[in-house]
Amino acid sequence: MTNDRNAIADIWGGRTPYGPGESWPARVDMHLAEGVTEADVQRWVRTASLLHSNGDAMDIAVRDGKIVGVRGRADDIVNRGRLGPKDLYGWQANASPDRLTQPLIRQGGRLVRCDWDTAMNRIVAQSKDLLGTHGPSAIAFYTSGQLFAEEYFTLAAIGHGAIGTNHMDGNTRLCTATAAAALKESFACDGQPGSYLDVDHADVIAMFGHNVAETQPVLWMRVLDRLAGSQPPRLICVDPRDTHVARAARDSGGVHLAPLPGTNLALMNGLLHEIVANDWVDHAYVQANTVGWAELRERVAEYPPDRVARICGIDAAAIRTAAGVLGKAQRLLSTVLQGFYQSHQASAASVQVNNLNLIRGQLGRPGAGILQMNGQPTAENTRECGADGDMSGFRNWSNDAHVADLAKHWNLEIKQIPHMTPPTHAMQMFRYIEQGSIKMLWVSATNPAVSLPELARIRSILGQERLFLVVQDIFPTETTELADVVLPAATWGEKTGCFTNACRVVHLSERAVEPPGEARADLDIFLDYARGMDFRDKDGKPFPAWHDAPSAFAAWAASTQGRPCDYTGLSHDVLRERVSGVPWPCNAEHPDGTERLYADGKFSAAPDYCESYGRDMVTGAPFEASDYKALNPDGKAILRAGEYLPPHEAPSGEYPLVLITGRTVYHFHTRTKTGRVAELQQAAPEIWVECSAGDARRAGLAEGDLAEISTARGAVRARLRITGVRNGVLFLPFHYGYWDRPGAEHSRAANELTQTDWDPVSKQPLYKTAAAALAKVPEGADPVVPVQPTRASTGAMQ
Amino acid sequence: MSKLPLALRALHRAELSLGRDLLMVADRHEADHEIRYVARDLARWPRIHVQRLAEVGAAHGAHLNADPHWSLPMLSKTSQKVSVALGRRPEPALLLLADLRRLHRKAAGASLDWEIVAQAAHAMQATDLLELSQQCHPQTLRIMRWANAQLKVHSPQAIAS
Ligand code: SF4
Repeated sequence: MTNDRNAIADIWGGRTPYGPGESWPARVDMHLAEGVTEADVQRWVRTASLLHSNGDAMDIAVRDGKIVGVRGRADDIVNRGRLGPKDLYGWQANASPDRLTQPLIRQGGRLVRCDWDTAMNRIVAQSKDLLGTHGPSAIAFYTSGQLFAEEYFTLAAIGHGAIGTNHMDGNTRLCTATAAAALKESFACDGQPGSYLDVDHADVIAMFGHNVAETQPVLWMRVLDRLAGSQPPRLICVDPRDTHVARAARDSGGVHLAPLPGTNLALMNGLLHEIVANDWVDHAYVQANTVGWAELRERVAEYPPDRVARICGIDAAAIRTAAGVLGKAQRLLSTVLQGFYQSHQASAASVQVNNLNLIRGQLGRPGAGILQMNGQPTAENTRECGADGDMSGFRNWSNDAHVADLAKHWNLEIKQIPHMTPPTHAMQMFRYIEQGSIKMLWVSATNPAVSLPELARIRSILGQERLFLVVQDIFPTETTELADVVLPAATWGEKTGCFTNACRVVHLSERAVEPPGEARADLDIFLDYARGMDFRDKDGKPFPAWHDAPSAFAAWAASTQGRPCDYTGLSHDVLRERVSGVPWPCNAEHPDGTERLYADGKFSAAPDYCESYGRDMVTGAPFEASDYKALNPDGKAILRAGEYLPPHEAPSGEYPLVLITGRTVYHFHTRTKTGRVAELQQAAPEIWVECSAGDARRAGLAEGDLAEISTARGAVRARLRITGVRNGVLFLPFHYGYWDRPGAEHSRAANELTQTDWDPVSKQPLYKTAAAALAKVPEGADPVVPVQPTRASTGAMQ
Repeated sequence: MSKLPLALRALHRAELSLGRDLLMVADRHEADHEIRYVARDLARWPRIHVQRLAEVGAAHGAHLNADPHWSLPMLSKTSQKVSVALGRRPEPALLLLADLRRLHRKAAGASLDWEIVAQAAHAMQATDLLELSQQCHPQTLRIMRWANAQLKVHSPQAIAS
C-alpha cells in the first residue's frame, strides 16, 4: 500500500495496529512532485532522512537529473516504509533558487563572488600564518549534526591530527551532548543501549522531556500503532506542555507530569524514591551488574514525594501513581530528549533515567531499553567520529594508550594529537573568540547566529574584525553574512556517504543528482584544504591518506576495530547490497549488526577499555583513572546519584515567568531548508508564543494578540496561542531568525532571550530556564501579521 | 584541656574563607559563565558546613558564628580588582588562573582542617563530629577538584595563546 497523504494536516497517517512481540506492519509513504507518477521515475536512489534523528529510510525519485520525490523503504527496521512531513516535502529545498553556488570572499566590507582557488588560497594562507605566529590554539572548527560520517572523520583527522588544535566541536553540543554525557556517566561509554524495536515489546513507554510526536513523528507512528493494537503499552510523559504525547499518556492509563522547568532532577529523584521505598528494585540485577547502589539509595531517600511536589509544582499523588506504573513495568522503555538535555542539571537528570532502568533490571532485552535520543540526523556520527569533544572511535582522552592507538591509525606522532585536557566545547570556544585567543573559526553546516543562546552576544563575537570566519553551507544564512569566506556545499542527495541514526542504525545515502553550480561535497572541501595545507603523515605521505567517500569510510571503519562502535563489517558496497539499515556494532562476530547493547549486563566499562571515567554530577570535574578503577574495577554499570540545585535564573518580580524554547514538527533548526519548502513554511510561517489561559488573562492578552516576551537580554514579538502549557511557563519555537525578514530588527529569534549557561557535565547550553515577562503590544504598533490557523501547535492539532 | 575548640575554629575560618572566595570569583568572572554559575552553586556547601559546624561545635566548647556575612564588603572587592589589575598583566584569563589557584589552595587547607578534626573526633570518640566530617569533607574535596579541573582546562589557552 502506498500512501500519498497530506502530511501537513495528517502528520502520522493511518493506523496499522499490532500487538506486543509482533513485528510492525509496513506502510509505504510517498510524495512525488505535481504531475509525476511512479511510472515516470527513472531511478530510485537509496538514502535516509536528514531532517531529524530518526533515520527514516527512503529512496529518492530521480527524473531527468532532478529529484522529483521520495518513497519510504518498507524493508528498513526504522520506519517500515513510513515518512513524516519533513521527509515527504523537505527534499524540495535542494532545488531552491537561492542556493549558494559559488564561493564568496569579503572585500571592502562586502561578500563578492570568487573562484574556488581564490577562496581556498585565502583560507590556507590565513591558517599557515596563524599556525606560524600563534600555533594551533588560534584555530577552531565548529561543525554540525548534518554531515556524513566520512566528513566528520576527515575533519577530526585534520583538526585534532594534522593541525593539532584542541578546539573542535559540533552544534550537536546544543542537541545531544547530554545524551552522550549521560551514557558515559552510567556506562562509561557512549552508544545507544536500546533500539526502536523495543517499542514493539514494551508494556510501559516513559518519555522524559521527549515530545516524540513532533520530534520523531515516525517513531510516534510506531507507538500509535501499538496503542491501537492488542495489549497496548501505558505511557508516562514528563513535559510542562500538554502535548499529544501527554494526552496519549493519560488516555493509555498512564500519567502526564508537568514539572516546573529546571526541576527535572528533583522529579527523577522523587520517582526513584518511590521505587526504592516500595522495593520495586531488581536486587539481583543491581548486585550483579552495577556499582553505586548504596549512594543512590541514600540520595533518593532525601526526596519523598511531598518534598518533590513542592519543588516541581506538581501533585504528590501523581508522582506516586507514575512511580507505580514505572515500578511495576515488565518491559520498560525509557526515552529522553531536549526537555531534559537543554534544561538545568541536564546530565544529572538524564542519568537518573538510566538509573531507573538499571535498578529495575530493565535493560538489554526486548522492550526493556533506554533511548537517550538525538536531535540531529547525524549527531551520532559527530560523536563517534570525534568531530565534537569526543575522540574518534569512542576512545578515551584520558587514556594514553587510546591516543596512541588513534595516532597509529592516522599514522601520526602521538604528540600531534592534543590530549592534555578534554577538547574545548563550543560555548568555551566562543568565549576564547570573545577574548581574542581564537582567531580563526571554520563553521560547517550550521547557523550559530540563530541557534546559540543570547544572540546579541554571539553576533558581537562573530562580528569581530580580528576573527577570520569561514562558513561552509548550502544557503546564505545569518552566519554567512558575518563571514570572511563563504564556501558553497553540496547536500543530501548530491553526495554519497553514511550516517547513523539515534538507535545506531547505519544508512548509506547515495548521490542522486549533481550539486548546483560550483557547490562541492563537504568531504571534498576538507580534503582540498588538507592538500592545500600540504599535511603529511609520519612517513611524509599526504595526510589524510584517503581521497573519496568510500576510501574515507574504509579508513573510518578500520579505525573502529575492537571499539564499541565497530564498523569493520560494513563498507559502502556491503550497505548497498543489504536490506537497508544495519545497527552497529557490525563486525565478523555480528555480521548483521546488533539490535541492542548491554544484554546480560555486559558493558564497555572496563577501566582500560571505557571511553570516559565520568564527571562529578555537580561540579563537572572529570574523575581520574585511579578514581575510576577504585569505583568500578570490573566494568559494571554505574549508578550515579545527583542532588537537586535550584535553577540559576529564578523568576522574579520583573520577570515572573519561565521561558522554554522548542521546536515544531514542520521545521528543522533555523529553517534554512524547511523555510524554503512551501508546504512546511505555510504550515508554520511565523513565530508564536504559547501560554496558559490564566497567564494570558493576567497579561490582558487574548488568543492571536501580539505579545512582547522579554528577558534580561532582549525582547521578541510574537502572536499568542493559549494552550495547555502549565501556568507560569512561556513557550517559543526557536526556528525563526532573520534571513527571510531582511532589515528586521532583532525581535524575532527566540535566542535573543536565552541566557548563556550550560550544564557543567555535558556542556550543553540551557534553553529552558530563562526568567521572562509577557506583555501586550498595542495593535497598530506593529504591522499586523495574520495568525495562520496552523496546526503546528499541539494545542490546535488533532 | 582539649584543643578541639581551636581546631574547630580553624576549620570554621577556612570554610568561611573558601565560601567567600567562591562568591568573589563568581562575581569577578561574570563573562566566564561556567565559573560564574558553578562557583555560586558550590558556595552553598561551605555555607552549610559553617552552619553545621556552629551547631555541632557548641557541644564541644567552640562558639562559632552560624550565620556570618558571606559577601565581602564592596571596598575590599574593588580594591582587590584594582590591585590585581595593577600588579599583574590585566588579562582576565590570567587573572582567572590566579583565582583558581588560590581557590584550590583554600579548599586544600579546609580539607586538611577536616582531617585534623576527624582524627581528633576518632581519638575522642565524638561521633557527632565524625559524622559531620563524613558528610562535609567530601564536598570540600569536590570543590578542590573542581578548581584543579578548571585550571587544567583554562591554562593551555591562557598561557599558550
Ligand atoms: S533543533 Fe536542536 S535538538 Fe533539534 S536537531 Fe537541531 S540542535 Fe538538535
